[in-house]
Amino acid sequence: MRLLFASLLLCLCIPAVWAAETNMPKPDIGKGGQCVEDPQWMRKNHMHLLRHQRDETVRKGIRDERLSLKNCIECHASSKDDSVIARNDSFCVACHRYEAVKIDCFECHSGISKSAWLQRNAK
Amino acid sequence: MNDINIQRRGFLKTSLGVATVVIAPGMLLFDMAHGKSQPVSGKVRWGMLIDTTQCREGCNDCVAACNKENGLSGGTNGQARSPLPNPLPQAGEGANDSLRETRLKSTDSQWIRKIELKDVSSGRELSLPMMCQHCEHPPCVDVCPTNASFKRADGIVLVDRHRCIGCRYCMMACPYKARSFVHEPLHDQNPDVPRGKGTVEACSLCVHRIDQGQQPACAEACPNKAILFGDLNDPESEIARKVGSVASVQVRADLRLNPGIRYQGL
Repeated sequence: MRLLFASLLLCLCIPAVWAAETNMPKPDIGKGGQCVEDPQWMRKNHMHLLRHQRDETVRKGIRDERLSLKNCIECHASSKDDSVIARNDSFCVACHRYEAVKIDCFECHSGISKSAWLQRNAK
Repeated sequence: MNDINIQRRGFLKTSLGVATVVIAPGMLLFDMAHGKSQPVSGKVRWGMLIDTTQCREGCNDCVAACNKENGLSGGTNGQARSPLPNPLPQAGEGANDSLRETRLKSTDSQWIRKIELKDVSSGRELSLPMMCQHCEHPPCVDVCPTNASFKRADGIVLVDRHRCIGCRYCMMACPYKARSFVHEPLHDQNPDVPRGKGTVEACSLCVHRIDQGQQPACAEACPNKAILFGDLNDPESEIARKVGSVASVQVRADLRLNPGIRYQGL
């Protein structure tokens, strides 16, 4: 009986692990690096930081670069297309697709890093 | 005892001086590298003095600079400056260029525009730029149902697009017709100037440039230096001294909104 239970558990676990590994989003993190908090904390809380910072910046003019969306994009834009939203595995899109959470940020904000935008628009 | 005290005082003075020299540039560099972590000061009142006698008729440089800086082309996104389908007859290539620049789609945003005035009795002609006047008592802020329209501590009137619901009350309330509504989806915005469909927008005095210690794009682009930008509250600033010495008026001063933009020679 115990053997049967163990084998059943094994049968359930192996596909679960396998599925988790294949379906997990693998975002293109660009240059990456850690300047705010560790990745696990950021996965859970980045929206609170961005939401707080946007009011501080727009309404009070506090332009703290560490928490600014522009600064996040600067390092996390893909090295292939300088964007965090261009492809399905782009930094923002990969997880947001996986979690089915719509992001409104880029209706107005540019998803391209400022340095790349300047290069493209230099005449 | 006295001798020791004097030595001590000297030591303290020197160390304080050394500390200032060592720490101050570091703090300055930190500020420059990491952006400002302090809110803008309410002691500052940004404003402009526009010398209409220096503003040339037909010159559109301020408008072009504004459009380029803020990425304004309404829904057309760059196509606005492509050749027109039915170009009107024109004298030369130059005329065509300026025509292209001034010709707008009806849904295009306009943060600054040129106005040509003529006094019928005297025949005197005037040309001047008109934009958000950054009032001290802005009617657009009064009417906004969501507090999206607001005045920053340093006197710049802005739209918080995170809150704007696109009701356009502020456009109705503005006596200067300064605000525009974005009708169509936008792409490839300037990372410093987020803009999007369904929100109202207006001249921000190039707030992203001011926060970096630069001048607004229009003031920088004016070939005749007709637009003087600065802090109206700082008695040492060029603009405050000029406002104090030459005659200038606010447009529709009768409304007592106390705009930050003043016109000279109007």
